[in-house]
Amino acid sequence: MPEAIAWFADVGIHDRPVVGGKGASLGELAGAGIAVPPGFVVTTQAFELFLAALEGRAPVRARIEACDADDLDMVTALSREVRRRVVEEALPPAVETALLAAHRALCGEAGAPVAVRSSATTEDAADASFAGLQDTFLWVIHADDLVARVRECWGSLYSVESIAYRRRQAFPEAGVAMAVVVQIMVDAAVAGVMFTRSPTTGDKSVITIEGAWGLGSAVVSGEVTPDRWVIGKITGEISVRDISDKHIEHCPVASGGVEECPVTEDRRRTPCLEDDLLQALREIGRKVERHYGAAQDIEWAVNRGGAVMLLQSRPETVWSTRAAAPIAEPLANPLAHVMGVFGVRR
Amino acid sequence: MADAIKSFPLPSSVAVVPGTEGAQAAYPYYTQFVPEDDERFWFYNSMHFPEPMHHFDMITAEAAYCALGAFNTRVHVLPTTKGIDHRIINGRVYIGGVAVTDPAEIAERQTLFQQRAFYYYEHWERLYDQWKVKMKLLIGEATDLPKVELPEWEPIETTHTGKGVAANHALVDIYRKQLEGYFRMWQHHFEFLLLGYGAYLTFFDFCKRAFPEISDQTISRMVAGMEAEIFRPDEEVRRLARRAVELGIDGLFQEGMTVEAVFAELDALGNSGAAWRDELETSRNPWFNVNVGDGFYHYHRSWNDDLSLPFSALPGYIAKVRAGEPIDRPVAQLIREREQLVIDYRELLDTEADRATYDQLIGLAHRVFPYVEGHKFYCEHWYTNLFFNKIREFGALLAGHGFFAEEADVFHLTHYELESAIIDLSLAWSSGSPPIGPKRWPAIVAERKAAIAAWAGNRVPPALGAVPDVIDDPAIVMLWGITRENLDRWLAEDGDDDSRELKGFAASSGVVEGLARVVTSAADIGTLRQGEILVCQVTNPSWAPIFQKIAAAVSDIGGSMSHMAIVAREYGLPAVVGTGSATQRIRTGQRIRVDGGRGVVTILDEVLEDA
Repeated sequence: MPEAIAWFADVGIHDRPVVGGKGASLGELAGAGIAVPPGFVVTTQAFELFLAALEGRAPVRARIEACDADDLDMVTALSREVRRRVVEEALPPAVETALLAAHRALCGEAGAPVAVRSSATTEDAADASFAGLQDTFLWVIHADDLVARVRECWGSLYSVESIAYRRRQAFPEAGVAMAVVVQIMVDAAVAGVMFTRSPTTGDKSVITIEGAWGLGSAVVSGEVTPDRWVIGKITGEISVRDISDKHIEHCPVASGGVEECPVTEDRRRTPCLEDDLLQALREIGRKVERHYGAAQDIEWAVNRGGAVMLLQSRPETVWSTRAAAPIAEPLANPLAHVMGVFGVRR
Repeated sequence: MADAIKSFPLPSSVAVVPGTEGAQAAYPYYTQFVPEDDERFWFYNSMHFPEPMHHFDMITAEAAYCALGAFNTRVHVLPTTKGIDHRIINGRVYIGGVAVTDPAEIAERQTLFQQRAFYYYEHWERLYDQWKVKMKLLIGEATDLPKVELPEWEPIETTHTGKGVAANHALVDIYRKQLEGYFRMWQHHFEFLLLGYGAYLTFFDFCKRAFPEISDQTISRMVAGMEAEIFRPDEEVRRLARRAVELGIDGLFQEGMTVEAVFAELDALGNSGAAWRDELETSRNPWFNVNVGDGFYHYHRSWNDDLSLPFSALPGYIAKVRAGEPIDRPVAQLIREREQLVIDYRELLDTEADRATYDQLIGLAHRVFPYVEGHKFYCEHWYTNLFFNKIREFGALLAGHGFFAEEADVFHLTHYELESAIIDLSLAWSSGSPPIGPKRWPAIVAERKAAIAAWAGNRVPPALGAVPDVIDDPAIVMLWGITRENLDRWLAEDGDDDSRELKGFAASSGVVEGLARVVTSAADIGTLRQGEILVCQVTNPSWAPIFQKIAAAVSDIGGSMSHMAIVAREYGLPAVVGTGSATQRIRTGQRIRVDGGRGVVTILDEVLEDA
């Protein structure tokens, strides 16, 4: 039986059912020698133990399966009730002990801040986007706060949208579970996203990097227009440099959480990445892509020491799922290709 | 954009600059705009002719368009386009394509084209080898033309050998042969050129479809030759730097030295100095027959005519040799990198069909590219230098007989007028009377000098006439990079000269800030200092040796396929080419930022006061 807690070093991509997509990806990256902030996963086993305790008091899964997706009032009432129960139910002692011990081991007595992020097990992208994609809690310091954030991640499985979606698809509730990633918070000087395949054209020969000052949440949430670069994957040539007006950044709050801060005038239009870091990111992007054998969408951060860390990598899904039609068939007489330039009015 | 599409001025609405009417009328009648030209679209060929044309230099346009059109229209029979018409107004050359639009005519031409062009592609290597033989023969003929002179007395050998013709006959003969040779050279120039560009463009288009965000530079890097003739002049300068160190005479090559001073010191050194001068002579013939422009103007002199450019590069190379740094181009490594690039991009293709097509297209591009890169050394450099220098000899002779003040004034005459002046002198020499020319030409030369100056300060529209819906003439697209998007940008940019940002083609990526050095003539090249940013009118591989001392490069004209882009990339320098007006808007000493990845140059300093 899996443990309630799994460290990144001990998991890989095949452990997704236990540690969720995000947790499995971080473990896989760490194993491949890519720098990720250290951390652990509160596994689905922990969730199952917790849910068993809940079910012991009153049914959860059976009631959700009995729920009518089209009856919005019913779904809303059920969601509210289950989420309240998730907040109120005490953690099983085995789970709580393991979680707090792991937290101490990760953060030390000084209590380094962590990020708490839901890690859904489902393969279904749409479902994952309801269940917890937005549940990322940054700069969490205190142990009781950590426990509360883990509950919130679990509770997100029972959001109105998530329940309605699963009912519409008639998924069985058994096996619906949520893992939670807990990792050392990167005090990011700069952060952003990277696409190893162009999001706009599907071009596999370029890497697109977007970044802004401070924590990556400002970029991911769309609150700031990031700087944008397009780099030749093979050549390293930087063909596009769009430097934007980065008016705000997300900064940690000493007591926990993050806040929006204005960016000083002199930094607003300054590129947030120098060429050497862009090239370092490109190298990392290529390494991750090679590791998975598929194009990746990546979240990254640069810490105050100038080191690049990956926060997440997931397979690109928009272009990779399209059938690739040949651009031009080879011709019996290769010379006939030039008729495309000379032979016809364009 | 909801704005109504603007149109460029009609040719008939462009006024001749007041006071230059005589100079305008003196260009050949077939280069003057006629009323029917209002019906067509014309654009200013600023890529090849960025400055007002001296009347003689129009021979380059005439010879080039005679040849380009002949091969497009009647030799290879390009299906959708014929030749190029050219007109001149206010010293500026406007050109217009002749598209084929009738489907039946296109079909007929397609059949002919496949018979003819495909033959060239199939036998490319043999025909190109043959071409080099032809060109060297032609160059040999021009080299062997007798010196232009009219002796007081015919040499006694004329009598002893029973030669039977006098020096005045030779004069006219030399001139006509030289003209014939120049027209022939341009025919050879276009024998392969469009076919070469077309094969390259076919590969280029495929890459742009397979990799929509690939840069033009990357595609040309996959195709570029590493051993083209055009790299040789720079390699010779490196060799001379190494020899100077080996001979222990490297100390006398200093930044800012004059060529004369170096020669004087070399001569004072005795044997080692003489040995180096021998090496220099070996390099000069033929490799210093490379001119500092693109060879289209008589004042684009060659290294052989003015050694200051190669000499200005020697101190930098010598310092590297002394420091033990390798200065030879790493040709084997560059070839390996190119091959790896081709392999890496191939692997990114999605389907086997695409990989097979890619192999076919890159194979064809590699077959044609040695010509695309190599022809320039023979045509625009070597032959053109011989040609203009021979015309200078006529200039010196005519100036000596009072036709005008200076040798270079000869270039204010059209090639017809020059022949008439030569015949005038020939008649005078034979009859023993004074020539008529000295009474006629000085005033005309003065008028045309003034006109060139007036036209240089006259801003001209980038295009004339109605904007076509699409620009699909392969010759126009290939040679000038003119697209509908360019035209829209030209229309939009009308009159925003105050902007501190100049846009051009991204030739070589990287961002550098530094002090600008505007170099408008070969004479200025010696003023370039280590770490400055070169701002020049034309980009040309003959400038390669100075790339080792500059931080970045900016030019008025040139496309992303230019040799300069290749050289800049080899040196890892940011470069922006084709800005249109960098030499006019940037001043020496201004701080500028060159972003070679985006093709943008930003002027960072306030405009300097005129000194």
